[in-house]
Amino acid sequence: MSHTTADAAHHPALQHHFDTLEQQQNASTFGMWTFLVTEVLFFGGFFMAYILYRWMYNASFHEASHELNVWLGLFNTAVLIGSSLTMALAVRASKTGERSQLVMFLISTLVLGGVFLGVKVVEYAEKFSHHLVPGPHFQFHDAALKNGAEIYFSLYFGMTGLHAVHMILGGFVLVPLIVMAARGKFGPAWYTPIELFGLYWHFVDIVWIFLFPLLYLM
Amino acid sequence: MPAVHYLNATHGPASWFFTRDHKRIALLYLYSVSAFFLVGGIFAMMIRLELATPRGDLMSAETYNKAFTAHGVVMVFFFLIPSIPAILGNFLVPLMIGAKDLAFPRINLLSWYLYMAGALFGVAALVSGGVDTGWTFYTPYSTAASNTHVVLTAMGAFIAGFSSIFTGLNFIVTIHTMRAPGMTWDRLPLFIWSHYATSLIMMLGTPVIAVTLLMIVLERTLRLGFFNPTLGGDPVLFQHLFWFYSHPAVYIMVLPGMGVISELIAAFSRKPVFGYKMVAMASLGIALISFLVWGHHMFTTSQSVLAAVTFSFLSFLVAIPSAIKVFNWTATLYRGSVLLASPMLYALGFIGLFTIGGITGLFLAAIGLDIHVHDTYFVIAHFHYVMVGGTLLAYLGGMHYWWPKITGRLYSEPWAKTSAVIVFVGFNLTFFPQFVLGYMGMPRRYHAYPVEEVSWQVLNLLSSAGASILALGLVLPAIYLTYSAFWGRPAGPNPWGAYGLEWDTTSPPPTANFEVTPIVTKPAYYYAPEEH
Amino acid sequence: MGGTFRLFPEQASTMAGRVDNLYFFMLAVTVFFSVLVATLVVVLALKYRRRKADEVGANIHGSTALEVIWTAIPLLISMVMFVWGTSVYFALAKPPAEALEVYIVGKRWMWKAQHLTGHREINQLHVPVGTPVKLLISSEDVIHSYYIPAFRQKIDAVPGKTTTMWFEANKPGSYQLFCAEYCGTQHSGMIGKVVAMEPREYQQWLTAGAPAGTLTSVGEQEFATLGCVTCHNDRDNARGPSLAGVFGKPQQLANGTTVMADDAYLRESILNPQAKMVQGYQPLMPTYQGQISEDALVTLLAYIKSLDTPGATHDAATPAGTH
Repeated sequence: MSHTTADAAHHPALQHHFDTLEQQQNASTFGMWTFLVTEVLFFGGFFMAYILYRWMYNASFHEASHELNVWLGLFNTAVLIGSSLTMALAVRASKTGERSQLVMFLISTLVLGGVFLGVKVVEYAEKFSHHLVPGPHFQFHDAALKNGAEIYFSLYFGMTGLHAVHMILGGFVLVPLIVMAARGKFGPAWYTPIELFGLYWHFVDIVWIFLFPLLYLM
Repeated sequence: MPAVHYLNATHGPASWFFTRDHKRIALLYLYSVSAFFLVGGIFAMMIRLELATPRGDLMSAETYNKAFTAHGVVMVFFFLIPSIPAILGNFLVPLMIGAKDLAFPRINLLSWYLYMAGALFGVAALVSGGVDTGWTFYTPYSTAASNTHVVLTAMGAFIAGFSSIFTGLNFIVTIHTMRAPGMTWDRLPLFIWSHYATSLIMMLGTPVIAVTLLMIVLERTLRLGFFNPTLGGDPVLFQHLFWFYSHPAVYIMVLPGMGVISELIAAFSRKPVFGYKMVAMASLGIALISFLVWGHHMFTTSQSVLAAVTFSFLSFLVAIPSAIKVFNWTATLYRGSVLLASPMLYALGFIGLFTIGGITGLFLAAIGLDIHVHDTYFVIAHFHYVMVGGTLLAYLGGMHYWWPKITGRLYSEPWAKTSAVIVFVGFNLTFFPQFVLGYMGMPRRYHAYPVEEVSWQVLNLLSSAGASILALGLVLPAIYLTYSAFWGRPAGPNPWGAYGLEWDTTSPPPTANFEVTPIVTKPAYYYAPEEH
Repeated sequence: MGGTFRLFPEQASTMAGRVDNLYFFMLAVTVFFSVLVATLVVVLALKYRRRKADEVGANIHGSTALEVIWTAIPLLISMVMFVWGTSVYFALAKPPAEALEVYIVGKRWMWKAQHLTGHREINQLHVPVGTPVKLLISSEDVIHSYYIPAFRQKIDAVPGKTTTMWFEANKPGSYQLFCAEYCGTQHSGMIGKVVAMEPREYQQWLTAGAPAGTLTSVGEQEFATLGCVTCHNDRDNARGPSLAGVFGKPQQLANGTTVMADDAYLRESILNPQAKMVQGYQPLMPTYQGQISEDALVTLLAYIKSLDTPGATHDAATPAGTH
């Protein structure tokens, strides 16, 4: 990086150890991409376990997945894709400096995320009442398939739970971003936090795009 | 010494616990990592004291099992993995590339807090009775049979893992985006290359152990059945997930050490490391192949013949880049100007001991031989040769070499040389007999061993005696280095006459590292006669 | 009693010598390279020691020729080790066809051996010298490992699986048996002896504590007690396939694929029947997971393996001359 002159009056967001805002932006974006790579590996362990047990207990998995409500899952998938759309629009609004649009799209993303989590609560509650939570109280209508079904639901709760945790953490980060956006902190000169959050949110969406067919449709 | 530097620029506990200065964060790690090294060492002494006699008469079997587990967990997760990257890496990476700090200073501080939080869980587990699964947590023992604090310990390792991930992330982004003008990739010190390779492993491997530990915690608390055969799970799946990280992890432990050795050999021969490009590429090669060999920990689990042979072949391959490095370091001495200062003694010791440790790894890669020595003291001797004879020696060598830069003061060289020799002798006496014990058939994690095997007791006694000597050799630096930090002679910017950006600034450096951003025009390790 | 002082384990099996030869080769390579590197380091460090404070070394960057040499030679040596190690492994992993089978069950913290003759042993295993012995090993609880240093063999005992290991003792004696996978509190107490006897002494041992029934006859009783025979029989309208002659033959599955009916298949079909359903039958079989002890399961496996195709003479795998 050969930036020889530092800005005389630099942007308030420029941190002291970077020479220019551009360098800082490059570093931050690179950092988020590398973090997302680690997240792929993190979820990867669960996906490996799913693949193995699916192969071992194909009949049980197929039968157990009938307990899930495909329509709720489809609805949630649409909601999450919608939230990625609003997030992408938010990033665009931040780049062009349209403050009210930015705030509106960020709030929409948060709301849609909340809807997704609400539906998950409904789904989880249904599992509880049908004794489909793995552990000592697990019941399954087909005794021969019970073990495989219990493993299926372990993976279901583990993977969707981890996904939900990521969404909740995302929601917690989104709130201060909305506040900062409302105060006009983001514009063409600096919109990095919105862009980075967008990357994270799209990743969380993509994980769901894999979870939905594996858990609901197969 | 400069009047104002990073140590005295600001005062008070808040200026340390909320610092963003990578150098101060490195020191925070130094204190906590050293404390855990002491804890892990105490457990080692307990083990060696018990094994000096065949009967399990010093402590109960439960206590012994908890002691070796604690020794492993503490040494692996709270000493070996963080030590060089979090202390020397944090301190030196920005300095060596001419930057003012790492890319994400706040995340760097977060990394230290995550380490401390993970350590807190670990201490909590210890204090409330310990855990007895071995640091490898094999299922179904750890999830269905052990009645010790598995969840607390697993959570501790889980949290500490994120410290590792964020450190790796910070290093990668920093090395890519914050090099000073003229610091091209082919001018980077080999310390940076090896930390880059290490960071790749940290970032790609650690998340897998994180999710595996999470699955253990879920299985234990909610009685799920991922790894429990009575519920239809597969206990060997755990081993695959565990070793997928834990094998590359051992290269997280040794690659930074190799980076240190490159710096020491170059500085104390005053010439470039022989085969710079090969050594840099070898680091990346080790990082890549390290992800492909995990099955060599599982040759006796009745994996398929094809899998076993594939893992064996790749395990032999991963040794080649390490061999290349050893020969390049040795060749660097040729026509050098060699000074046998204390850091160099550690470096040369590393070369010899790592050679032995590395080749004994090949014994384990040969399946026909591994079947006999797997889970015996042969394996223990192998990994202590590379971890202690390798990583620990590199850590000590690096700490001595950069001590004047970190503290601004010189330590006592006679004491340092003496300690290095004591460590070398004590180490070999401790671990060499264990190769013999292992081939004889002494299994690992044994609280007691057959009385009628007289040679076993002789070898164990030698090993325990060596451990006392090693302990002495390790206590001494704690004393004289600490003493020198307060009362040592001022070091000046470059007491060793070495080449590197870190030596172009004061000792200790100012908070912003350099008064003026350096501009690099020379290759790494440039010792042309007219410059000195 | 006086102890034994040796720095090397006894060679008591046909494979021990081969393993040791590989070990000696690798030891020689280690010594050679360690001495070479150590000598070079010491000689070079002394020969080129710094004589003046401001002296620097020669500005040498490298040598492609040397890099090629010290890459190629270690690679070559590694490949020799790999091929040698793999060859020894193939021999260790493949039991001869006519091996004497013994079932081993590990549980915390003891080793139970069940001979086909019905003899049971705890923490001991009597075997004849000069006959290949194949151990079929499983675990009742956690992972253990059956290790006989004098035979240079070990294999893990994994719950939910049957693992196998073989050896042929060639020297009578009493050899250490260790559990080599940490399994909890008394891991170091899970030890015993493998006693190799001359064939004549072995026969005497067999006849001396003759047990009530052979392993396969006990298994036959289990087969009836557990209700297996109600579906798995030779009747025309049997709800399950007849198991006569099943072992060792390929099975056509309902999903069209074919699998070999080996030990793993038999075990899985008892504990997880839906996994590999055979073609032509309804999925009616309940799982026996949790309802059958490892010891009983072992007797079932022995019994099923002894069932020949209808019409063949009944010939359970017992050692010659005994019954």
